[in-house]
Amino acid sequence: MNSTSSAVQHGIAQMESSTRAESIGPKTYLVAPSVAVLLVWITVPTVMTFWFSFQHYNLVNTAGREFIGFANYLYFFSSSSLTIAALNSIYVVLGVIAITVCLGIGLVLLLDRDFTGARIARVLAISPFFVMPTVAALIWKNLLLDPVNGLLATVLGLVGLPAVDWFGTFPMFSIIVIIAWQWIGFSTLILLTALQSLDHELKEAAAMDGAGAFATFRFIVLPHLARPIGIIVMIETIFLLSVFAEIFVTTSGGPGLASTNLSFLIYVQALLRFDVGLASTGGVISIILANVVAYFLAKTVSRSLEI
Amino acid sequence: MEKRGTSSSTVLNFIAGWAAVILLIFPIIWMFLTSFKTEIDALSPEASLIFQPTLDNYRTVLARSNYLTFALNSVYTSVAATLLALLVGFPAAYSMAFLPTAKTRQTLLWILSTKMMPPVGVLVPIYILYRDMGLIDSHLGLILLFMFANLPIVVWMLYSFFRDIPRDILEAARIDGAGLWEEFRYVLIPLSGPALASTALLSIILCWNEAFWSINLTTTKAATLAAFIATYSAPQGLFWAKLSAAAVLAIAPVLVMGWIGQRHLVRGLTFGAVK
Repeated sequence: MNSTSSAVQHGIAQMESSTRAESIGPKTYLVAPSVAVLLVWITVPTVMTFWFSFQHYNLVNTAGREFIGFANYLYFFSSSSLTIAALNSIYVVLGVIAITVCLGIGLVLLLDRDFTGARIARVLAISPFFVMPTVAALIWKNLLLDPVNGLLATVLGLVGLPAVDWFGTFPMFSIIVIIAWQWIGFSTLILLTALQSLDHELKEAAAMDGAGAFATFRFIVLPHLARPIGIIVMIETIFLLSVFAEIFVTTSGGPGLASTNLSFLIYVQALLRFDVGLASTGGVISIILANVVAYFLAKTVSRSLEI
Repeated sequence: MEKRGTSSSTVLNFIAGWAAVILLIFPIIWMFLTSFKTEIDALSPEASLIFQPTLDNYRTVLARSNYLTFALNSVYTSVAATLLALLVGFPAAYSMAFLPTAKTRQTLLWILSTKMMPPVGVLVPIYILYRDMGLIDSHLGLILLFMFANLPIVVWMLYSFFRDIPRDILEAARIDGAGLWEEFRYVLIPLSGPALASTALLSIILCWNEAFWSINLTTTKAATLAAFIATYSAPQGLFWAKLSAAAVLAIAPVLVMGWIGQRHLVRGLTFGAVK
């Protein structure tokens, strides 16, 4: 089936469906509940966040509540904590995406081959994605990375290397490793699904034409994976900008602000310092950041929409 | 075709493939092993692989009467939020898949865009609204948030499945005089069993593992397993074996569901972009 004829069919189907819709009447009342629920969910809190961000408003001391214009924003942008937190948010996104895409491709190339138990291995490989963030973080922090009793410290000791206080010395790196571990399950799942739709005869043909393993990968497999990789990048970005639990149970944002991202900074301002105004300002900044990313995701996904 | 390789390369594939997978899921294997150790064995490297297995940790964890409460909270909130999302999302997905209008594309993209809102961006107003409405630490409060968060995924996943169902079948039912309800009840719902099942599965998994709202908005009454496990981060005392047992119990149901449904989850996780 070539794309032109399917496009024509689409056009016909669309014409048919539009006349059909007229004959039985528009069914907007079926879509309305979903749209209404989401509209309220998006609008009310967002407007409130914007509103609070222009106020001096503390939950503990509500007496001094007043409108202060952009003072919260000026404070936020002049303090180093915002820069540190925003950078840490970006480090998480870039670090985790780099690790999950590269290792994901490597893993998927191994798993796409034919070997005994390959199907079971493929199912097991996505397991990390289904482990809840608090469990993943605590298992890594204690059982694996603990500098005294952790497995890695024991293994390093056997080789004669010193134990490392991972979360004290390299807090961001450790957190990125934990999150990347969970999301490798995701990238593997997506890449494997995409790769299995690749025509094996294409690879055979390339091999017969004398293409080596690298050429096959470079000119056949990688182009086929380009779109799934794009989708992985976008979806991970959305979720990774909101990382919270992994930091909450391991470093609590420390030492100092070393592993505080935007989510954690806002949490500290809101629920530990009860500073509604500043926390809302952080919220507005994170909403804007997420929307910039969302714009690109919507563009990518809408291309795949066949309406 | 696939059997082209020599036997030595098959062995190599076997070793490489399994080594990679075992290394990847090693943290889970290690947690599973630790959950059967005594607390002393859990901390001693000598007892890494050879130890006397015990079920004491599971007994202790389950005997903490509130463990069951947290587990039930997880079940209750994720199932209720999923059912609500399906109830609201199913008609919308039906309408947009089978009776698209000029606005359908825009609506779908807008629904997708609501998923982009970072939870932390609305933490403050939700906290204040919930405090004023008495929804802090309540099941209803969590269920609503889980439903809001999953509705876009539910709509998109169902929509993507419905697009694969030939329209003629519903058309035929309609010509035979079936009303909307009969069309749902006798044609669409029986046809979309796998679609509904895998959509519900993905939604339950995402609710079950949700940690941001459950940590920040619950304390004891409505706390889910994800929030309960977070309490093990307290530095006093190292109870690794009990942590492992609690963690195994907390992730097992979702892990099994994920293994069973993995193939179908891709659609929902990528908003229909990868099938």
